[in-house]
Parts: sequence; C-alpha cells; structure tokens
Amino acid sequence: MSKPPPIVQAQALTKVYGDLKAVDGVDFQINAGTCYGFLGPNGAGKTTVMRLIYCATPATSGKLLVNDLDVMLNMSAVKRGIGVVTQDDSLDYDLNVINNLLVYARYYDLTRTQANRRADELIDFFQLGEKRLENVRALSGGMKRRLLIARALINKPTILILDEPSTGLDPQARHHVWAKCHELIKQGVTLLLTTHYMDEAEQLCDKLAVMDRGRIVTEGSPWDLIKSEISAQVVEIRGDLPNRQTILTAVRDQVQYHELLADRLLLYTEDANPLYVQIQKMGIPVKTILSRRASLEDVFLKLTGRELID
Amino acid sequence: MKHSVPPVRLRSAWRVWQRNATVYKRTWKLNILPNFFEPFLYLLGMGIGLGAYINEMDGIPYLEFIAPGLLISSIMWGASLETTYNVFVKMNFDRIYDGILSTPVNPRDLALGELLWGATRGTIYGGAFFSILMLFGMGLHWGILLIFPLLFIIGFMFATIGLLFTSFIKEIELFNYFFTLFLTPLFLFSGIFFPLTQLPELIQVIAWFTPLYHGVELSRGIFNQQWSMDLFYHFLWILVVTILNTIIVLRSIHRRLYQ
Repeated sequence: MSKPPPIVQAQALTKVYGDLKAVDGVDFQINAGTCYGFLGPNGAGKTTVMRLIYCATPATSGKLLVNDLDVMLNMSAVKRGIGVVTQDDSLDYDLNVINNLLVYARYYDLTRTQANRRADELIDFFQLGEKRLENVRALSGGMKRRLLIARALINKPTILILDEPSTGLDPQARHHVWAKCHELIKQGVTLLLTTHYMDEAEQLCDKLAVMDRGRIVTEGSPWDLIKSEISAQVVEIRGDLPNRQTILTAVRDQVQYHELLADRLLLYTEDANPLYVQIQKMGIPVKTILSRRASLEDVFLKLTGRELID
Repeated sequence: MKHSVPPVRLRSAWRVWQRNATVYKRTWKLNILPNFFEPFLYLLGMGIGLGAYINEMDGIPYLEFIAPGLLISSIMWGASLETTYNVFVKMNFDRIYDGILSTPVNPRDLALGELLWGATRGTIYGGAFFSILMLFGMGLHWGILLIFPLLFIIGFMFATIGLLFTSFIKEIELFNYFFTLFLTPLFLFSGIFFPLTQLPELIQVIAWFTPLYHGVELSRGIFNQQWSMDLFYHFLWILVVTILNTIIVLRSIHRRLYQ
C-alpha cells in the first residue's frame, strides 16, 4: 500500500524578522489525519511556523507546501483548506454568536443556505445553542474558545490549526476542548497545534516537534521522545542542595541521565523502585522523595530547560 | 524570497464590506440621527446666524454659498473617521483582521473592502446632509442628480487618504495630528466659507493641490448650475488622485498586514 503524501511539508523553512531568526531552517512533514504538535517555550518559533502555514506572513526562504500547494504562490487556495484558531481571541466583538459564524462563512463564499446549515451543526457540536443570539462579550473564556474553533471549522477544512488551544482555560473547559479535538481527528481532520502544556501534547498529539530558538530540536511520538531522550521512570528528590548533591554523587553511575535543578534532583532510570529504596536507606534528610513515570515535561526540560545549575 | 501577490479579488472585498454593513445594520438607527442634526445645526448657526451679518458672498445668499461645501466636508469627516479610528481599532485592538485574513480574504481585498465601506459611510453622511438641504429648498433641479455619484467618489477619495495614514502609524494618538493639522485646515481653507480669490495667490496654489477644494468647487457648481469645463477638471483631479491613492494604499496595507 502506498503512503499518501504528507499534507504539510516544510524544507529549510526560515523566517527572519530584522535581526531575529524566528524560524531557522526547519524541516517537517505532517501526515493527513494525524495530530501534530509543536512544543516549546515562549519565543521558540511555534506561532511563527503556524503563521507561515496559514499565510499570515511570507517566508524568508525555504519551501512550504500545504495540501500540495506552495504557500508563497497560492495564498487564497491554501487558506481555503485551513481553519485557524488564533492564540489571541480574534472573534468579532461587534457581532453576536451566530453572526460570528455566518459572517465568517461569507469570507469563504458559502451560500446563505450552506452557511446556515453549517453554523447550526457547529453550534450543536460545540454546545453553544443557548448562547446563539448573545453578544460574544457575554461568553465565558471556554465558550469563546469553542466558538473560535467552531468558526475555524465553518468551511470544513482538511487542516485545523490550533495555536495554544487551551491556554487560559479552566480544567473543565480544557478537557472539553480536548474531547472535541479527539472527535475531529476521528472525523479525519488533520490537527496542527502549538502548546507549552505537556499534558495537552501527550493527550492529543501523535507526533511532536520540540522547538527551541527557531529550530526543531527533536521529533517523534510523545512516548518515543520520553524513551529516547531520557528513560521510562524517574526518582524525584526535593530538599537542601548539599544533601541532594551527596545523593547524586552516590548514585550517579546507576542512572542513565540526571538533572540537578534549583529546587529538585531528577534521576532517570529504567526501573525506579530499587533506586528509590536504596536512596531511602541512605538516610540523608530530604523534604520529599518519590518515584514516578517519566513525562514529556522531563523531556521538555532536558531539551529546552535553562534553569539547570550544573 | 519570491512570492506572488495575489490579484485583488472584488468578491472578497465585498465580503468585508458586508461584514461592516452587518455591524452597522444593528445600530444604524442610533448612528444615523446625528448625521441629520449636524447639518441642521451648521446651517442654523453659520447660515442664519452669521448670515444675518453677511448677506451675500460672491453674489449668492450666504446660506446657499456655504451649503454645497459643508455637504462635501461632511463626507470628508464621515469617510475619514471610518478608515482612521475605526480601522485602527479593528486592526490593532479588536484583532478582527487576524480572523479575516486567515480566510481566503487577503490584505489587499481587506483594504479595498474598507475603502468601499468608508465611501459608503461618507455617502450616508452626505446623503443625510443633502436631504436637509432640500428641506431648506436648495438643489431643487434635475442637474442635482450628478451630486449622488460625487458623494460616493469623494467619500472614496477621503477613505483612501485616511487609510494611507492609518497604514503607517503605530499609535492611535497620532490621528489627532491627522485631524487637527490636515483635515481641519482643509475644512477652513477650501473655499467653503469664503472664496479663495480673496486670499494671497500662494494659498490658492496650495489649495489646488488639496482634495477638499476640488470637491467644494464641484459641488457649488452643480448646486448653482454653473456648468463649465472647470467642473470637469475638478472632477478629473478627484478621479486621478483617487485612483493613484487607491493603488498606493493597497500596497501599503499589504505591507503592513503581511510581513
């Protein structure tokens, strides 16, 4: 069976603003029907990559194909196939909920009948029926985000771009957004998202690119990244720095990788339990010690963290 | 890197116009009333108040002398407000353009849509003003029909001027300069309240290069049925400046919104 071509392909993609290389020669491929995440600290270049994909800004050099179309040559056609949920709320505050959808549908040249039908579907899907005629200002943060996603789906895009979809939402609202994202993936929509939340990336993404200072540092599925960059489990110790240093010296050659941070010591190993027991037996006073499964956050800290003290 | 600037798409510009019309429709009853009061107050204060002391200007009753020019100035204010403050807020505070530009609408379509809307608002201002003038018994002849396309074209011209300024500035406070140092002098020295022939020749030359002057002359000629080739030249001036300025402002907005 031949593999379908990637829905988004970037080669040596670069974006320079003045002296700043916001995106510095990145390559990536995104397969249709998957969820691909860009993970990284603020200023890593995630949002700029998204803006390049939805033609909000021209690339300085490199190549970028979306749905087999060159973004530099086919702006309108590229944008026709993409739905965009911007990081800042770009809802139209001069309009009510339903008109935000209907007016947006016009930008895609949907007919009135098509627009009405699609808007009704989306209002149902995102459970905004009660707020249909309300002004956007009256919506909660979670509802605004849902409306923003609904609006992005008005043209039935093949690709949905979500720039930090759950930033600033309370836990219930975040889970609601995630549930909807899962449903969309099931419907065959390709999801592209940026986030700095590790749980979000683990929840949603099939594949991740970790970005730092304009470059892609590593790429893979969340679990692959954990196993290849660190190891499956971790012992985490909080307490005074000298005591933590003593422990580190004693067990250093038994761990695959460690990080001594300002407030804690992280020891990465395939099997945390024996190490955990061994350290407890040493009787060195610490505040807490716990063993847990390694997470994407650990990978993230290793690759982009700058709070290391050694 | 090479990239092709997509051609302006009229349909997309129309979508932007429709968006503004949808918003306006919600509040138009509240919005439109001041457009009627304003000319009424002007005519009352300047025409009847000042007119008590000045009987005639250039052989025309003072009220009738100033009315055609005031009509054009109302278009100027209306269209300028739309493509300065309103566009700036949509662009920089409400982030509405971020949403619009992620659809097939491109920056230059957006700019053209805002120009058409600015011209429309100018026409609404002018139309309201004109209806009051008719109540005062002015412009009751067939030639007056020529005024209607003029309302729109002059609105469009001032929309391009306002939008050009907006495309360059980063702070909303700078509009104070545009209004006080550009539009207000135009308002005062474009021959609305007194003929420029009374002023030093240098001022007359400067006036020829400014947009409102030609509109005022054209409007007064139409109202008073003083048909001459001069009217055609004034119209030509407005047309050429509007077209050139449209080309410049579409580029300028493209640069501002796609960088």
